Amino acid sequence: MRQIIIIGSGPAGYTAAIYAARANLKPLLIASSVEAGGELMNTTEVENFPGFPDGVQGPELMTKMQEQAERFGTEVVYDDVESLDLTGAVKSITLGSGETHEALSVVFATGSAYRKLGLTDEERLSGRGVSWCATCDGFFFKGKTIAVVGGGDSAMEEATFLTRFAEKVYVIHRKSELRASKIMQERAFANEKIEFIWNSEVVGITGDEAVDGLTLRDTVSGTETSLPLGGVFIAIGNDPRTHLIHGQLDLTAEGTIAVAGRSSKTSKTGVFAAGDVIDSSYRQAVTAAGSGCAAALDAEHYLSTLPQDLLATAGDTELATATN
Amino acid sequence: MTARAVTEANFDQEVINNKKTVLVDFWAEWCGPCRAVSPILDQIASENSDKLDIVKLNVDDHPALAAKYQITSIPAMKVFQKGEVVKTVIGAKPKPALEADLADYLA
Repeated sequence: MRQIIIIGSGPAGYTAAIYAARANLKPLLIASSVEAGGELMNTTEVENFPGFPDGVQGPELMTKMQEQAERFGTEVVYDDVESLDLTGAVKSITLGSGETHEALSVVFATGSAYRKLGLTDEERLSGRGVSWCATCDGFFFKGKTIAVVGGGDSAMEEATFLTRFAEKVYVIHRKSELRASKIMQERAFANEKIEFIWNSEVVGITGDEAVDGLTLRDTVSGTETSLPLGGVFIAIGNDPRTHLIHGQLDLTAEGTIAVAGRSSKTSKTGVFAAGDVIDSSYRQAVTAAGSGCAAALDAEHYLSTLPQDLLATAGDTELATATN
Repeated sequence: MTARAVTEANFDQEVINNKKTVLVDFWAEWCGPCRAVSPILDQIASENSDKLDIVKLNVDDHPALAAKYQITSIPAMKVFQKGEVVKTVIGAKPKPALEADLADYLA
């Protein structure tokens, strides 16, 4: 048995791991089999993470966070959580491999997942011109006319990035102004290849074998128009990834995991949550990291209140050999 | 066992005229999800070497084949039987999910 298991490998998960490892709690971090490193693995330049005046590539930042967590004794497992039981003093977590791990405390930092438009043809045409990842798929749209749906920072980043490949990039937004930060907006406005389509909602994606256009509805007049294009990138936000704990932890009205005040304490004793999965307002790499720190400190405090005999069962027995 | 790399030059021989069922992993160096799914495909390849050949095609080096198979999102995993695409799986997935998608070809 462990003292602490951290689920998630984004900035929240790794920061929790750095703090927990430095507190000598020998954390096990479950990183996911195919999404290790979290959302920043699919971004390019990160310009707003403090300490990097020249910016840093998202994947590089995550590799460094992992190295820092491992340096102090975090053990990282590349697998996915299948199920978990958070009742009782000893929490148990079963992985895709079938292995079960037990711990006295758990930090839940599973982040969020891309939101879908919810259109019937979206799934059918996914990978056939519908994409959620500009850095993965932009390359295939050389010389084409494409669209990005959304008005936040990630939509602006994707649109700007995609102009490296595409002939023209429409940004389709439901409102008449953007949610994105000023610097990202200005960069997109200054880009000659980007054209904004305001007050418009995507109500249909068309194409037999591949995307050939969108059906847009004007949110003011209600009129529908079709826009021919060769691909569409969806960047309309994220939803907290909570499916594993439905029925076990209380959620907020926004669908995030409910925590007590400014702490990371969930509705179950010994279970803490951090990062995008508890945050419906900021969702930045640096706020996630701060929240991961809080979760590790809360967990550390909780562990210090447990009876010695229980703590003794979470000794060094399962400390794996360092994987160098 | 690591999935073999195929090229434009040996694609016909390795994939189209292969008597076995072949999964082609269309990938690129700069694609994070491709790097994540690659070891999982290697595992599936070694556990099912009697039923399925798994090969990788670098889309940067072989854009004509990527265009021919209308790749617009990677990783794209296409299953070929008798030279025809019989199944396409898009995106990196955990091993159990990928095995479920490929169940017909692993049985």
